[in-house]
Amino acid sequence: MESRYIIISYGQLALSALLILVNVGLSMALKLGLARSLVIATLRMVVQLLLIGIVLEWLFTQDNPWVIVVISLVMTSVAGMAAVNRTQQRFVGIYWNSLLSVLASSALVTGFAMAGIIQVQPWYDPQYLIPLLGMVLGNTLNGISLGLDRFMEGLASQQDQIEMLLTLGATRWEAAHHQVRDAIRVGMIPTINSMMVMGLVSLPGMMTGQILAGANPIDAVRYQIVIMFMIAAGTALGVFGVVLFAYYRLFSADHQLRLDHLYQARR
Amino acid sequence: MGPSQPLLVANNLGRCLGERWLWRGVSFDLAAGECLGLVAPSGAGKTLLMRNLVLLDPCQQGEVRFAGKTPAEWTMPTYRTQVMYMPQRPAALDGTVQENLERVFELAVYGQQHFDPDKIESWLQQLGRSPDFLHLQAARLSGGEAQILALLRGLQVNPPVLLLDEPTASLDGDATTRVEGLLSNWLQQPDHACVFTSHDTAQIHRVADRQLNLGDFT
Repeated sequence: MESRYIIISYGQLALSALLILVNVGLSMALKLGLARSLVIATLRMVVQLLLIGIVLEWLFTQDNPWVIVVISLVMTSVAGMAAVNRTQQRFVGIYWNSLLSVLASSALVTGFAMAGIIQVQPWYDPQYLIPLLGMVLGNTLNGISLGLDRFMEGLASQQDQIEMLLTLGATRWEAAHHQVRDAIRVGMIPTINSMMVMGLVSLPGMMTGQILAGANPIDAVRYQIVIMFMIAAGTALGVFGVVLFAYYRLFSADHQLRLDHLYQARR
Repeated sequence: MGPSQPLLVANNLGRCLGERWLWRGVSFDLAAGECLGLVAPSGAGKTLLMRNLVLLDPCQQGEVRFAGKTPAEWTMPTYRTQVMYMPQRPAALDGTVQENLERVFELAVYGQQHFDPDKIESWLQQLGRSPDFLHLQAARLSGGEAQILALLRGLQVNPPVLLLDEPTASLDGDATTRVEGLLSNWLQQPDHACVFTSHDTAQIHRVADRQLNLGDFT
């Protein structure tokens, strides 16, 4: 394949690592105490990315849909777990809630984009599926962790108001729908905010990448627009699902607020 | 409902925290017109018993019935409109006192009923408050004013059984007397009853027809 971009050699990579010396220098001069974390973060980033490069190179040669599906499931599971790991509080079953929400939302959205919008042949072509799924997952997990955190915090801080409504004869939905809505809204806001300034303040990474690789900017923009719609829909569905699951978990069928199901995450 | 049937029946209730039973085997009948004083050393779980009576917390042991039917038979929201719990530190929503009172009627369980300003104003008069009270911001009420809001909010939907957890704890002597008067009028109506807690033994003797000591069930 003829490439229309400059290949970065390992020597050039080493040269770019000099940039991190700016951080190390600042940390040492100002005694920020970050040198150790910086070194670890740098090493992790480099190793993780080099490894994923190798994995992707292997993956793109695969022609067996099952391999791609299994890899997609692994990515989805990691995203579902990571979303929960960012929350302050947990309840029993929270990992399953998150996993199912991420799975359903990303499968729907990515499936629709692959088969319906971009119409990739075959439908599982990893060159398209894996990057698109990855972008949807990364954003959905962010929305889910924000929404979950907000929902659980809202229930704990507004327990008195919620129980006041329950004692007056409110159903669990009447007592909690404000907190449900609030949590879904909070989960969706980052996507809306990023769409607002996209192209003005931020040049999205995927689009930048395609342009560097020699794609026509107009074509790259079209991909970016599709991916943003995918992210918006995926995040909305994922947050909606996870908050609804949490609602059913934390409000019993007897219209009780079960904060005793919550526990603090161990850090 | 027959005249002999008690309004509220608690049968063999128990509550444990971890391994320890706070109280167990708590049973009582509450007849129409009756005010039951619930007494216990502090920390013995009076509030938890009241929460159990309206199923805000699940019953770990025993059952409650209102007018012969379990909460499940009533459906929980309806049961809670019949047996209403008023916590010691009542909560309020954003907005004025009146908006808080009106908001109650948005709940599906009240169907076509609506806010009755005349009824509220006559109660406010009995409590020695001006009608301006309705226009105060609920979030800025003092502890005592919040208790009055909670009382009006509950009484306006006329629940047959009231569970009052220290309803006058934040009120001064005069206001306490007025609340007691209002409650005693309210109890005169047919098929009304209440359970009352207070840290003030003199008050319990004043308002309660008989007492239930939770300390007997540990």
